[in-house]
Amino acid sequence: MSLELNEVTLTYPDGDGRLTALDRVSLDVPGGTLAAVVGPSGSGKSSLLAVAATLIRPDSGTVAVDGVRVEGAAPARLAELRRRRIGIVFQQPNLLASLTAAEQLQVMAQIDGRPPRKARPRALELLEAVGLADLADRRPHRLSGGQRQRVNIARALMNDPAVLLVDEPTSALDHERGAAVIDLIARLTREQGTATVLVTHDRGHLDAADQVAEVLDGRLTAPATTG
Amino acid sequence: MFVAWRDLGFAKGRFALIGAVIVLITLLVGMLSGLTAGLARENVSAVTGLPADLIAFDRAEGDGGPSFSDSAVTEGQWREWARAPGVQSAEPLGITTTKAETGDGASAAVSVFGVRPGGGLGPVPGGSGDDSAVLSEGAAEDLGAGEGDTVTVAGRELAVVGVGGDASFSHTPVVWTSLGAWQGIAPPSGPGVPSDGTSGTNGTGGGGDGGGTATVIAVTTDGSTDGGTGTDAALADTDEKAGTTTVAKADSLAAIGSYTSENGSLQLMRGFLFAISALVIGAFFTVWTIQRGPDVAVLKALGASTGALLRDALGQALVLLVGGTAAGTAAAAALGAAVSGSDVPFVLTPGTVLAPAAVMVALGALGAALSVRRITSVDPLTALGSAR
Repeated sequence: MSLELNEVTLTYPDGDGRLTALDRVSLDVPGGTLAAVVGPSGSGKSSLLAVAATLIRPDSGTVAVDGVRVEGAAPARLAELRRRRIGIVFQQPNLLASLTAAEQLQVMAQIDGRPPRKARPRALELLEAVGLADLADRRPHRLSGGQRQRVNIARALMNDPAVLLVDEPTSALDHERGAAVIDLIARLTREQGTATVLVTHDRGHLDAADQVAEVLDGRLTAPATTG
Repeated sequence: MFVAWRDLGFAKGRFALIGAVIVLITLLVGMLSGLTAGLARENVSAVTGLPADLIAFDRAEGDGGPSFSDSAVTEGQWREWARAPGVQSAEPLGITTTKAETGDGASAAVSVFGVRPGGGLGPVPGGSGDDSAVLSEGAAEDLGAGEGDTVTVAGRELAVVGVGGDASFSHTPVVWTSLGAWQGIAPPSGPGVPSDGTSGTNGTGGGGDGGGTATVIAVTTDGSTDGGTGTDAALADTDEKAGTTTVAKADSLAAIGSYTSENGSLQLMRGFLFAISALVIGAFFTVWTIQRGPDVAVLKALGASTGALLRDALGQALVLLVGGTAAGTAAAAALGAAVSGSDVPFVLTPGTVLAPAAVMVALGALGAALSVRRITSVDPLTALGSAR
């Protein structure tokens, strides 16, 4: 389980020219490691995450998810990679209003072609892992912001991903709840052995990370090992 | 369908609203279809019930097609058809719509069908005199007459020798009588008939031997000719010789003026209802799909394939369509059954109730398919960093 980005460059059209969002970025995250990527707004953090999530093709460079190179892969193959090897924790929980907490996780089995009903035990297990076992049948509007974010995290782990990509998970939470969410992600990273990339602009939660790299104007500093 | 089913339950109000619209449109289409068929039956059942494959009209002059009201054929034309190769039988048929009365003052508009007694075209038995008549049940009911009574049709007294069948023509019940009596009731006229009004030759061909006239000739082929279209060479040759225009019985219905205009209007209304239903369903699912855009983006980002999302959305539309259409069809069938026995001309058959329902589902699915295809253009990238 690992995520490898090598010399990745990504540009966007910008008027008559092009804006460089990522400039020869390299990042290697082994399994069981929580790598934090910090930087101010507009520095390229979200672009880095989008490339790692196979949602954007870089102009150049290579991306390998769990050892699988993604450049040149067809959209259907990328979708398969996302549902089987990548877990995404969105900045906002992005839960589906019609589904209960457990069903938010079961839907991951459904989009992978497996019967959602049979996935319920695993969904309940993960909800228990994030402390929501007794709220499994609640819909999002009856959950707090922190609870929704925990469902979001549990959903990302539902298909046992090799790579976990976490996008600003504490942006809508107060400090205490944000710290709890970061601790949860760190714990699950070690328990599940995922290669986790945590993108954040909040430097207050970096103690939980194994690596910290800073992105500025599309360039990534060499990751520093913490602790 | 995992998410689709739950959406149906979660957004009950929205789906109930569109479901109710589908039910009502289906009900309307079903009722209109039954009424269209009922009105058509009152217009044409006497013609569709004729034991014949083809109907030969006097060849119309000018650009108008065959017409029951304008056609008048001669005995010569009939004889030409009777001896034509591939023709099993050719029977003259006189048709006119007029007023019938009884001695106790009842009167009704009727269509008088003149046939040769014993010729097999109508129920007038062989050996009946010229002044006998067989009333359809509708005519007997309207006139309050039965077997043994006398009815006066266009001033001519006819003895009722029987009552039977529900034939009607141009919304009037049929009175069957002999061709001779019919000729007395409806003096022949038309382009193929000489001015003395009793006999003559016709057009470019015709037998030219005089004798009785009729409105059309009902032709039964022996199967060796293409009785379905009348385009067979032998039939065309006979048409040319006799100076007639021959069409298949089913096509001859267009020669009934009231049927063409009435049926055309009703079918147009039905067509508009189908189009409206497709548009309404398409509009609903367009809005619904736009509202679901962020959810679709999330599911795509999580790895759902576009095909699976399309199947989910279309499945949801089909559930709604089939459910709504089934309820509407059941309501139309129930209402149709309730009015079938009354004066309302309503035909309740699978063709009038199930066929429109199938069209509704097909067109609704097409409308939904055109709407949900925008799922293909939803960018999963929008799920990242989105604030919802």
